[in-house]
Amino acid sequence: MQTFGWPEALFILRSAGWTLALTAIAFFIGSILGGILAIMRLSRSKWLRRFASGYILVIQSIPVLMVLFMSYYGLSALGIELPPFLAASASLSIYVSAYLAEIWRGSIESVPRQQWEASASLALTTAQQYRYIILPQAVRISLPPTVGFLVQLVKNTSIVQVVGFVDLMRAGMLVNNATYQAFQIFTLVGAIYFAICFPLSRLSRHLEKVMNASRSH
Amino acid sequence: MPAVLIEDVHKRFGSLEVLKGVSLSVEPGQVIAIIGRSGSGKSTLLRCINGLETFHAGKIEVAGHTMTQDPKKLRELRKDVGIVFQSYNLFPHLTVGQNIMLSPRITKNVPDAEALRLAKEVLAQVGLSDKFDSYPDNLSGGQQQRVAIARSLAMKPKVMLFDEVTSALDPELTGEVLIVMEKLAKGGMTMLLVTHEMNFARTVADTTVFMHQGKIWESGPSKELFANPQTPELSNFVKAGAH
Repeated sequence: MQTFGWPEALFILRSAGWTLALTAIAFFIGSILGGILAIMRLSRSKWLRRFASGYILVIQSIPVLMVLFMSYYGLSALGIELPPFLAASASLSIYVSAYLAEIWRGSIESVPRQQWEASASLALTTAQQYRYIILPQAVRISLPPTVGFLVQLVKNTSIVQVVGFVDLMRAGMLVNNATYQAFQIFTLVGAIYFAICFPLSRLSRHLEKVMNASRSH
Repeated sequence: MPAVLIEDVHKRFGSLEVLKGVSLSVEPGQVIAIIGRSGSGKSTLLRCINGLETFHAGKIEVAGHTMTQDPKKLRELRKDVGIVFQSYNLFPHLTVGQNIMLSPRITKNVPDAEALRLAKEVLAQVGLSDKFDSYPDNLSGGQQQRVAIARSLAMKPKVMLFDEVTSALDPELTGEVLIVMEKLAKGGMTMLLVTHEMNFARTVADTTVFMHQGKIWESGPSKELFANPQTPELSNFVKAGAH
């Protein structure tokens, strides 16, 4: 029987790299989509608003796992084979976009209405109001919850193992199957998750304090 | 040609009619005070003049622009019509200087050097030259309101609207804002101000308009109006003092 040693530990560490990569990709693409969706949710056009609300409602109402199954097994049943990494990135991006859209819509809406009125009275266009007045303030408001969500995302990426992708969690399980030294292995896995998430949690809390201390600049 | 022409304007919020046919004509350089109880429609009327509120019937012309819903035309109108709010509404993430220079730069394409010169000029006008790099949060209410006035002035408006601009201020801070407004009035600015400062209305405004139940109930030269109210409503209002 194999024992848990350096090669196994390195394998787990490398897989943590994949967890990070997946988180980064999903967060990046999800941010772009989520930003667009947030603006659509607040658009004057009824159809854009409806489309964005519908999308967000559907994605938030089903488990991420379902999206993952659909994009991997579902599509392959239709004859479209996505490699696991692609299916995982796409599903997580979709998941991220729906949640960030709501966080950011809330942040934009919490900028006081008077800021819209004052900037409109100064003859700014809607795009200029967003760019110079509303978004800079909304971004500040949104930072703590956004970083908080990122922590959730790091942990939630562990579901991608169901399509055969080897992330940090899956690597731990594989090593355990070969060595049965569960305690050492999952202590290491847990420590790595902690090392990633703890600084982010602290950052989120720090940002919250800074935001509360000075509501503006 | 009048600087502001309001003709038979009607406005409803749901089934509540807040403006029931208001007409008013303001000549260039005139200072008009609009007084009345809360809910009399005075702030709504003021906000109709720069399109922050829409109205259901009637017509408003201001500084040669006809009020419209067309966003592009509305922006052209707003370049000529400044407004100052009760709650200042400065942009908290920008410095005083940036607050003032933003719109001239991006809506009127004023070159940076010219925008800077303009900002310093209007800040000097409101007596806050030393606050150029301060953030609004570090200023007193009275200072913030003077910056808000300066920000409006930097657009070189033809008409300025003041919506209860001293109502949020501590009594000892209202004076510094009123002095700035009085200077503007003497400088020939066309001004419409909704105010609770009866003394200011009487001494600075050429004409005072008393609004009651969505209508102009009584109007006339300020001093006469306050001395000889023609209606019991205004008489009561004046007797009750500012409110």
